[in-house]
Amino acid sequence: MSELNYGLSEMAMEIRSMVREFAETRVKPVRAELDETGKFPTEILKELGKMDLMGLYIPPEYGGTFEGDSMPNLIAVEELSRVCIGVSVSFAANGLGADPILIGGSDEQKKKYLSPLASGEKMAAYALTEPNAGSDAAGIRTTAVKKGDKYVLNGTKQWITNGGEADIYTVFAVTDKKRGSRGVSCFIVEKDTPGFTFGKKEDKLGIRASATRELIFEDCEVPAENLIGREGTGFIWAMKTFDVSRPGIAAQAVGLAQGALDESVMYAKVREQFGKPIIANQGLSWMLADMATKVETARALTYATVQSIDRGVKDYSKFSAMCKVYASDVAMQVTTDAVQVLGGYGYMKEYPVEKMMRDAKILQIYEGTNQIQREIIGLALNKEYAAFGK
Amino acid sequence: MHIVVCVKQVPNTTQVRINPETNTLVRDGVESIMNPFDENALEMALLLKEKHEGSTITVLTMGPPQAEAILKEAVGRGADSVVLLCDRAFAGSDTWATSYALSTAIAKLEKADLLLFGKQAIDGDTAQVGPGVADWMGLPCIAYARSIEIADGKAVVERAFEDGYEKLEVSLPCALTVLKEANVPRMASLRGKMAARKLEIVPMTAEDSGADPEKLGLNASPTRVVKIFSPPPKTGGVLWQDEEPAEMAQKLVDLLKERKLI
Repeated sequence: MSELNYGLSEMAMEIRSMVREFAETRVKPVRAELDETGKFPTEILKELGKMDLMGLYIPPEYGGTFEGDSMPNLIAVEELSRVCIGVSVSFAANGLGADPILIGGSDEQKKKYLSPLASGEKMAAYALTEPNAGSDAAGIRTTAVKKGDKYVLNGTKQWITNGGEADIYTVFAVTDKKRGSRGVSCFIVEKDTPGFTFGKKEDKLGIRASATRELIFEDCEVPAENLIGREGTGFIWAMKTFDVSRPGIAAQAVGLAQGALDESVMYAKVREQFGKPIIANQGLSWMLADMATKVETARALTYATVQSIDRGVKDYSKFSAMCKVYASDVAMQVTTDAVQVLGGYGYMKEYPVEKMMRDAKILQIYEGTNQIQREIIGLALNKEYAAFGK
Repeated sequence: MHIVVCVKQVPNTTQVRINPETNTLVRDGVESIMNPFDENALEMALLLKEKHEGSTITVLTMGPPQAEAILKEAVGRGADSVVLLCDRAFAGSDTWATSYALSTAIAKLEKADLLLFGKQAIDGDTAQVGPGVADWMGLPCIAYARSIEIADGKAVVERAFEDGYEKLEVSLPCALTVLKEANVPRMASLRGKMAARKLEIVPMTAEDSGADPEKLGLNASPTRVVKIFSPPPKTGGVLWQDEEPAEMAQKLVDLLKERKLI
């Protein structure tokens, strides 16, 4: 298959072939069952750990293989997503949970918590969202009150990916109510800490293999050394995490859309109506052409954003938002079109595209809704053109 | 514990066709892979290594220079060392000569506690080399193993058949040929692949192995392939369909009785 040359490193190419084979042989045969039952893909993630693929974003000193090139991890997410984003989000949510530690954690915290994540022995989750604090993340109500050498956490987190499955949680809580977003702090909370329990597991439209749960904190005592950075810096870690994690959602979207495109083209070549394959109809082949063009532009923007971050471009919030919003909209369009290409078969569960269409919707919602992403891009434009205003 | 796994590079037979005019395998453009049953043998070794600390795995193959690809794959999955037994003197060896050659190479290694083979290779399908090596080395051999537990210098092995299984105890050292149902072979790890890429494999020659040249190669091989052909597709038969299952079952029973098969 012809492809653009994105200047990928040897390592990134190696990861692509490894994860592609893994996804085809290990994930594809079980994805429909995982979707049907909502069973968490524990064995799949353990095997990825054994293959050294859970530490692609973690530096070697903490047990991973990251040495400045973010593409291998991004491509691992893309290739898993090509087959199942229920699996890929469970994989990628580890990185999301670990990012506050990677970005703001002390050396001790990194050593203690990142190494078992890199080996796949443990999993992580990121806990920001609450029932009344979604897009308005600064509105969180979970509190952390210092008591001696401990913080006492109280509150409820909602829709936490890997909730219940993860061992290490980065939890955002208010330490100073008066200071708004500057009164938010981030804590590392381990599973089985007294006072930390799990609420209901959500029943979802898509990404059904992934675990989405409530976290409940009732007088949960966390050692003070589990505070990331200083008190009041939590919101900085939260936002910085999103800046680097949003291209990961874009990679999920690119992979998912590519998977839907693959299914569509293969089907259109073998499905015959009126005595010829349906791909021979211009109306359909143009539809496929548009789908393919969208997938490639989404991939190009996503790769360019991540490669720019690696090359030290500073103001990248706008581009992170752009690739997330664009690629996820593309994924929704392309998976919807894939169902259309497959017609009645596409609507049936025997074919994978109906799952892909259900799965795609979340990409426009989580890690900041696409409306929030456009808000970020709009604000950045307004700021960049400040000199032109009145 | 030192485990030696013997593997073979084979054409991916799902891609192989037979030339109807010459009745030979068309191998052109067919990818070479590690024999799938050997992957199960290697996986059994890797699982034993994880369970029994301090164990080491040597993977051995006899074949042409390009067979080093499957040894690199084995290193990628976690083998500690590999041996490529490679010499023109081995060319044309049948299972008798091959098992002899492998046994001489194994004798050159650190003493093996366990020899593992796939139950058969998917190209020749003889299932003879594993038991052959065990015989040359005077070791007990359990063929068609699906599981193994090792404790106190003994192995408890389940040997599976179509209609059941035997549970056998055997003292080490011993040889096993391994079934597909034994496990699901892992894929190579990233670090393993990186290590494999750097690995330089120096072949072991016939002379290095100390094998008797009179017992090697085509001339020393008692087997003669007289003819290879594709079995003709089965024809005839009786097909019943579109009837009630109970009716069709009755018809089948009647027919089998008529032919005195039941």
